[in-house]
Amino acid sequence: MAKYEAKRLDCWGKAKELRAKYYQDYKEAHDRGALRWEGGAWTFDAIPQALEGEVHGLTEEPYGASVGANPEVQVRYQEAAEGKWGCANDLCAYLRNYWGSIILNEFVFGGEWPKADFIFQNHICCSHAKWLQVAAEIEGGDVPFFCFDVGVGAYDKIAERQINFVVEQLYDGIDFLEKATGRKLDDEKLIQNVKNTYDSSCYWAKTCMLNQAIPAPLDEKTMFSLYVLGTLEKSNKDVANFYKNELYPEVKDRVANKIAAVGDEQCRMLGDSQPPWAFLSVYRYLEQYGVVSVANLYTFSLIGWWKIDEQGNMVPYPTLEEQGITIKDRDHALRLLTEGELKGKLMWAPFYGANYKNDLVTKIAKQWKCDAAILHLNRGCEGTAQHQMEMKIALQNMGMPAMTFEGNMADERQFDEPRTKRLIDLFITETLGLKKVAG
Amino acid sequence: MIVAGIDVGGKNVHTVIVSDGNIIAKAEGPTGIKKAEAAEQFYNEALKQAGLKREDVERVVATGSGGKRATFADGYIADAAADARGVIRLVPSARTIIDVGGEEGRAIKISAEGKVLDFAVNEKCAAGTGTFVDTMARALEVPVEEMAKMSLQSTRSIPMNAQCAVFGESEVVSLIHQKITKHDIARAVHDAIAGRIGSVARIVGLENDLVMIGGVAKNVGFMDSLKRELGMNVVTPDDPDYVGALGAAIAASAGVLEEEVKAKVVEKETIEEGK
Repeated sequence: MAKYEAKRLDCWGKAKELRAKYYQDYKEAHDRGALRWEGGAWTFDAIPQALEGEVHGLTEEPYGASVGANPEVQVRYQEAAEGKWGCANDLCAYLRNYWGSIILNEFVFGGEWPKADFIFQNHICCSHAKWLQVAAEIEGGDVPFFCFDVGVGAYDKIAERQINFVVEQLYDGIDFLEKATGRKLDDEKLIQNVKNTYDSSCYWAKTCMLNQAIPAPLDEKTMFSLYVLGTLEKSNKDVANFYKNELYPEVKDRVANKIAAVGDEQCRMLGDSQPPWAFLSVYRYLEQYGVVSVANLYTFSLIGWWKIDEQGNMVPYPTLEEQGITIKDRDHALRLLTEGELKGKLMWAPFYGANYKNDLVTKIAKQWKCDAAILHLNRGCEGTAQHQMEMKIALQNMGMPAMTFEGNMADERQFDEPRTKRLIDLFITETLGLKKVAG
Repeated sequence: MIVAGIDVGGKNVHTVIVSDGNIIAKAEGPTGIKKAEAAEQFYNEALKQAGLKREDVERVVATGSGGKRATFADGYIADAAADARGVIRLVPSARTIIDVGGEEGRAIKISAEGKVLDFAVNEKCAAGTGTFVDTMARALEVPVEEMAKMSLQSTRSIPMNAQCAVFGESEVVSLIHQKITKHDIARAVHDAIAGRIGSVARIVGLENDLVMIGGVAKNVGFMDSLKRELGMNVVTPDDPDYVGALGAAIAASAGVLEEEVKAKVVEKETIEEGK
């Protein structure tokens, strides 16, 4: 009999429904006279979504991941991108999936590629800087494109100057949007979208905090299907409501009643980077040893907003309600949005140095009571894969056993499932000394 | 007690029969594509050499990338775990192991008890493996053993790429066209692999005694390059390519855990379904 009660989330179906609706809306947008735009998961979607009328966006990374979860389709799309554009297969795997999709005129959710009306993007990394610029060319060269720069420093360096630098670009972005679409930006919509963004980002972080409980109420594989909504449209009211009023309360209840993600939890694992999307079965493989992946800077911080408190702990960023703030006008909305994104999205910090990544990951390891780390050396994303070997040393120096395995988040040709399972078996049975659980 | 260990590697199968802690028979040969058949064949050869029947062997444990295809085995342990058990038996002072076989190179840090503390693997890359050596020997048109001896006669060091076996082969062809001697190219090849393996080994940290095992440990040219690369003494036991199998046999004598048997049964059923 398992140590703890385990059951599926009640709100699981709702999460699936929201995701399916998002892609359906994007596909059908033009049929309804709505606008379509492309951008990144970290684009400040509150802004384009504040245009008058109906607007639907497509975020590039979740799309690339959706393709990556389908090995047959993914190989075709990547070969199209590599063959047509001669791009090397060490470029971002999501990017190659995305370009290949457009080149083949296929939408992985069915039908032809739905061309965008405009692109609104930010420079998350070198790949993002060129990704949609090239996508606009492949789509015919007539898709208006705007990109803003956010490389202003890590969360502890954000002051008025850095916020001004980004906000000034956002005003340019609004001019661009209005000219490109012939529609005006609705300030009331913008204000609501910024509130929703705060709720989505802060409540996801609050939900992740709950995973410090023993047993963990959520496992990482489940969390992937939950955080994704925030990567699609965190400014959407339905998404914000889901996090605040459905997921977070349910997970709190699971903690109060000791309902576990894995009934035989005996080892809490720290992960890193995106998983190999075509091989999420590796998480279920861990569970036969009672190993549950409970924490990952990527999973927590891709959409979650955090801050470091006075005791040096990672805690959720405060919502607007908790800060006692009522948004007054457009400028206030843009500043609050920028401040939240730049200060709260801790995942930007590793771009500025290994010291940041080591600090954040060791905090997570302690706070979430992790016993060991299994780190995905992700060839598909240089951004999340940077500093991983330094991080491994930092974890080992704090006494935590850590192993690595090579793979690729969205290029199944670079992941060796049998070998990875052998390495996991070795690590768990030999280094950690665990046996398979009876369940 | 008579036990057996079988290491089904990517390139070769190695089998040992152990009686009261002593190896009484061993057999090796190419794994080929039909791993299950190769495992059977070389286990039977070892039994024949020892004058034993299967029922005389109390327990068999398999290891290696193809170890789970040895469906007659009573259990399976991971290859690095087998290495650790085998090495600590032969060299009790060992604390770091480097195992370079046909398809994988790995470094393992072990405790005084032979427990695997940390490991690093040269995963999806042939450049730090026996395959790289074989490929370069073909490019030089000499047998591997001869290339190894030739490299010891070289008097100069030529930097060479070891990031990719394909690029490495192309580079060897270029060096030949530049009229670089085969001796110098042979040394460059071994230096390149040693550099690659050295990088992997440094991930786990180099602590004495450092023991080198696996088929590539028999390559005198590589061993010379490795010692120069690491700047430390490297111990190589006799029959370094049998150490994994020995480790599996040691695991067999220690007792097979229930979950290993269960895992074997599941694997067997899966394999049978696939036929």
